[in-house]
Amino acid sequence: MTSRRLGNWLGLAYALTVFAFIFLPVAVLVLYSFQGGRLPVPPFDGPSLKWYGQIFADRKLMSALANSLGVAAISSAVACVLGFLAALGLARQRIPGAALMRSVIIAPLTVSYLIIGLGLLASLNASGFRPSLLSVGIGHAVINTPLCFAIIYSQTGAHQINFERAARDLGATELRVLWHVSAPVLAPAILASYFLSVTFSWDEFIIAFLLSRFEVTLPVEIWSLLRSGLNPKTNAIGSIVFLSSVLLVFALELLVFRKRGNP
Amino acid sequence: MSGGAWTRERILALGFVLPALAWTLVFFVAPFGFMVAMSLWRRAGAELVRDWSLVNYLGFLARPHFVEGLLNSIEIAAIVTAASVALAYPLAWFIAARVPAGWQRIALALAIVPFWTSYVVRSYAWTLVLSNKGVVNEWLTSAGLISEPLQLSSTRFATVTGFVHFFVMLSTLTIFANLKQLSPNYARAAADLGAGGFQTFRLVVLPLTLPGIMVGGFLSFALCLGDYITPQILGGNNELVLPQIIMLQLGRRADFPMASALSIILMLTVTLAYLACARWLKLERA
Repeated sequence: MTSRRLGNWLGLAYALTVFAFIFLPVAVLVLYSFQGGRLPVPPFDGPSLKWYGQIFADRKLMSALANSLGVAAISSAVACVLGFLAALGLARQRIPGAALMRSVIIAPLTVSYLIIGLGLLASLNASGFRPSLLSVGIGHAVINTPLCFAIIYSQTGAHQINFERAARDLGATELRVLWHVSAPVLAPAILASYFLSVTFSWDEFIIAFLLSRFEVTLPVEIWSLLRSGLNPKTNAIGSIVFLSSVLLVFALELLVFRKRGNP
Repeated sequence: MSGGAWTRERILALGFVLPALAWTLVFFVAPFGFMVAMSLWRRAGAELVRDWSLVNYLGFLARPHFVEGLLNSIEIAAIVTAASVALAYPLAWFIAARVPAGWQRIALALAIVPFWTSYVVRSYAWTLVLSNKGVVNEWLTSAGLISEPLQLSSTRFATVTGFVHFFVMLSTLTIFANLKQLSPNYARAAADLGAGGFQTFRLVVLPLTLPGIMVGGFLSFALCLGDYITPQILGGNNELVLPQIIMLQLGRRADFPMASALSIILMLTVTLAYLACARWLKLERA
């Protein structure tokens, strides 16, 4: 059937066009990070690694990078522990008011980051605290706790509860049940939610922008780089962020999801 | 209440839930409540006056450029949502129906690769592409289509392009998920009953994938309305959207009450859109 084959070719052409649109900015970003000249626009006169050299020599950028990693690692750990415990508690027993508790814990997912940041900033000012990396971390744990909770809660069930019961019958203390049974059984969900939180925190701008002052995270530092206009240095740091995220996702895919035997 | 006794296990379970609950109450519910209260106070000079009134909300209505900001936001979000879904649907369909099963995951993963650039960097990358000396103008010039570079960056077009880029990826995912759930038997049945390819699509497949379209569309609309970064980096300062106006209230004027009121207006807009979607989906199912 020729019309069907024609349709397939058209479909393929369309898909490739959309893919080109999707990849265009990323390709331009990475290509012109190797620009030799001072402007990341055609003609390309590289390849040169000088902008990468510049960002590694830029102390502000490097400390912002370290801040971002720290905030992401710690706030995600907090979110993960809070989400994990709440998921276990709500999965194990029927507590009166459980539906209400679930909706309270999930609630931050339904509100835009701008509003969460604004509320925290207003409360921070009113209570006399100064914006800092700590407040950024609190903000990120607020947005990520519901996410961790939802992911881990969706994986709880009779299977894990029976394991826990067996361990308790064999005389394990509650802490040992938690550490040796519940956590390992739910490990894929915990890891997935942790890494998802890390990527969200790592990339989050508006809360970090509102809630930080002198020490900032990487997206906020990149934001202030943008004021200098088009600059291959911004391309270089952007490319590094992109490549590290892709590697993280790739590693996650191999380590966590493949193990569970997903297709 | 059946079995409502507070056994040891139950108290323990409650103890597990409490930290997350307390965390959310202290760092989300309370600040949010404070913001709502603040929107009903007002700023006089540098002072916060705690008398309850709707003065900020009335002030919003009284200032044409605030109302215009909201309208710009809604307009841009609507254009972006429609364009994203329209671009994403054929792509999702192509991946679900024409790409061999073993390659679908890879095709989908490729379609969302730019997700992993930082959001700020992605908008910056579009300024590179669209700037006067950028690749698009360069291509058009060397192809002889234009002699003067087009003003593409710092326009609404640039904002919309940046948004559509992001939301095409998102909508492709939701629509693809929906298409995969459909049993191929629907299309087979339609074909057996004599429907042609396009008829099958219009009368069977499309209606059955409306939920995926609505989910992708609503997410696009809501996230687009609330976003500050993309219009700020790509849009220039010719027209402002509501989140930009909110940030201006905070930055230059430190007018928290007004910023809070505007944020709540923004949130109500999203809620209305949500209710409309939910109602529409329910009607569709009934």
